Amino acid sequence: MIEKAFTGSRKYWAWILFLLIIIAIGFGYYLLQWYRGLGVTGMSRDVSWGLYIANMTFLVGVAAGAVMVVLPYYLHNYKAFGKITTFGEFLAVAAVIMCMLFVTIDLGQPTRLVNLFIHPQPHSILFWDIVVLSVYLLLNLVIGWYLLRSQYYGEQPKAWVKPLILISIPWAISIHTVTAFIYSGMASRPFWLTALMAPRFLSSAFAAGPALLIIACLIMKRFAHFDVGKEALQKLAQIVLYATIITVFFLIVEGFTVYYSQIPEDMSHLDYFFVGLNGQTTLIPWIWTCLIFWVAAIVLLINPRTRKNEKTLVLAAAMVFVSMWLDKGLGLLVPGFTPSPLGAITQYLPTVPEILISLMVWGIGALILTILYKITIGVKEERGEEESHAISFSSQ
Amino acid sequence: MAGIAFVGLLAAKPIFDVISRAEDPKKAAEAQTAAQTQTKWGMAIKIANCKDGCTDCINACNTIHNVPDIPDPKHEIKWIWDVNYEDVFPEQNSPFLANSLKGLPVLVLCNHCDHPPCARVCPTAATWKRAADGIVMMDYHRCIGCRYCMAACPYGARSFNWVDPRPYIKQINPDYPTRTKGVVEKCDFCEERLALGLIPACVEACTEKALVFGDLNDPNSDIRKLLATNYSIQRKAELGTGPNVYYVI
Repeated sequence: MIEKAFTGSRKYWAWILFLLIIIAIGFGYYLLQWYRGLGVTGMSRDVSWGLYIANMTFLVGVAAGAVMVVLPYYLHNYKAFGKITTFGEFLAVAAVIMCMLFVTIDLGQPTRLVNLFIHPQPHSILFWDIVVLSVYLLLNLVIGWYLLRSQYYGEQPKAWVKPLILISIPWAISIHTVTAFIYSGMASRPFWLTALMAPRFLSSAFAAGPALLIIACLIMKRFAHFDVGKEALQKLAQIVLYATIITVFFLIVEGFTVYYSQIPEDMSHLDYFFVGLNGQTTLIPWIWTCLIFWVAAIVLLINPRTRKNEKTLVLAAAMVFVSMWLDKGLGLLVPGFTPSPLGAITQYLPTVPEILISLMVWGIGALILTILYKITIGVKEERGEEESHAISFSSQ
Repeated sequence: MAGIAFVGLLAAKPIFDVISRAEDPKKAAEAQTAAQTQTKWGMAIKIANCKDGCTDCINACNTIHNVPDIPDPKHEIKWIWDVNYEDVFPEQNSPFLANSLKGLPVLVLCNHCDHPPCARVCPTAATWKRAADGIVMMDYHRCIGCRYCMAACPYGARSFNWVDPRPYIKQINPDYPTRTKGVVEKCDFCEERLALGLIPACVEACTEKALVFGDLNDPNSDIRKLLATNYSIQRKAELGTGPNVYYVI
């Protein structure tokens, strides 16, 4: 099965080579960070988490978003998703690996990573995040690979995989809930101290994950001539639409409480984000880009004509993906840290090494995704999709 | 239904108690029974006693603890330093703040909280609440540098070594460890001096007697007598962290 990854067109190999170059450049800068310390990044005493943890948080969402194709197919026997469930599961695999890499490159002492396992502390939410992410990675890797392998050999999947599939559905919810708890349990940061954090994370995840899947499906259609079908794409687009609307609704709800109650400390963080604070306006273009993208994407997705046109569909999906990254990445972290507990406004801008090291992780994720998708396309083209995922829980 | 839910909640409570507490529950129970005899170090700062521009306590601390002097404010390491009154106590701000308090530099340091959020979030127990005397300790060799504690501290008391600190130490004190890049550090109430029967370096260095250190569990200690006869406030006491640094206004 794995041999499918070793045969491909010139374009396939050119893409692989491109990713390897990105990874190599980023790795060079990671060595610089290794020797000089995290001082090569733009982080500071006041803004002590930055681009790395922002990406980690966002990618947990992408991983969790994959459940949006797994659930309708397995639990509701929604046939149109038959061709894309494996892609959803492998998207989760690549995204979780990226999360783990982002946490690792953010550590000041990466060689002490092992302390997490020899001195585990159940009172730390980070401990639980590592537990749920590791299990989610294993679940998706085992389920995705095993079902694809069964298809490859033309075998009926064995029953042991069923409970794993059932567990993977609530597990997807758990990874993003626990990641939200990292933030929402700290009395020190009013911007994060909201019970709405986990629901917000989930809604944006259910938009960003399927949005990336739409983009991936359209790329595969164009370059690998592998068509997942109109119905699957349209259903994904609707999921993205409603999840985006709910995300915007949650932001409005959050904004109402802060601005109607007028608690100064709570307002200072949102002010910094939306209108600037004490003349500091770095983040304003950030959030307004995000808002414009949301509105534009909702318009494009709600209108059947633009939703069904693949060009406008991919544009909308890209806008959703980017805006969710803006909102849940640095848009979550920087206003959380600014102003600091002592009222200081310290500007944070990622440095070149920091950006290139982040691109290394994205490159590794894209490489894993490309290889897994290449194998999946190879198997599905050879076997046809009638037998795909010949496993089901309901007879509807 | 409500009954079942209630029983469920009762069953879940001990679990929540365990995960929301930094200390080992068994040790915490022991600590509670021993509360009468146990030490609880605390500090009181008489903010009006500070001389204009005096940094004796800060210098003493920095010298003894090999705190580097890093010029880039983004990479600074701070154990004890001063900040304007208005920023230390934002909730005390009013348009008619006494002139004597406006812009007054106030010393800030780790509060050695009763319920330290930093120790609660630490994934490796590299920072923890010492049961014997309440000091929030740091193990520089166990810290993985995830900086979760820095996000969790409501006082901004923690610093991270963004770069190797050693080139920025003017004179290395061989009696105290220097730190490596990639770990978090903060004030430890001079636990190494307390072990030798000495008072913290900052308290010793202050010629104005602005800093009072002692056992908050001992009603006859200087600090308890001071707090019993003066109005004092704590930073962000409303968060329930139980800070053990008091400010006499």
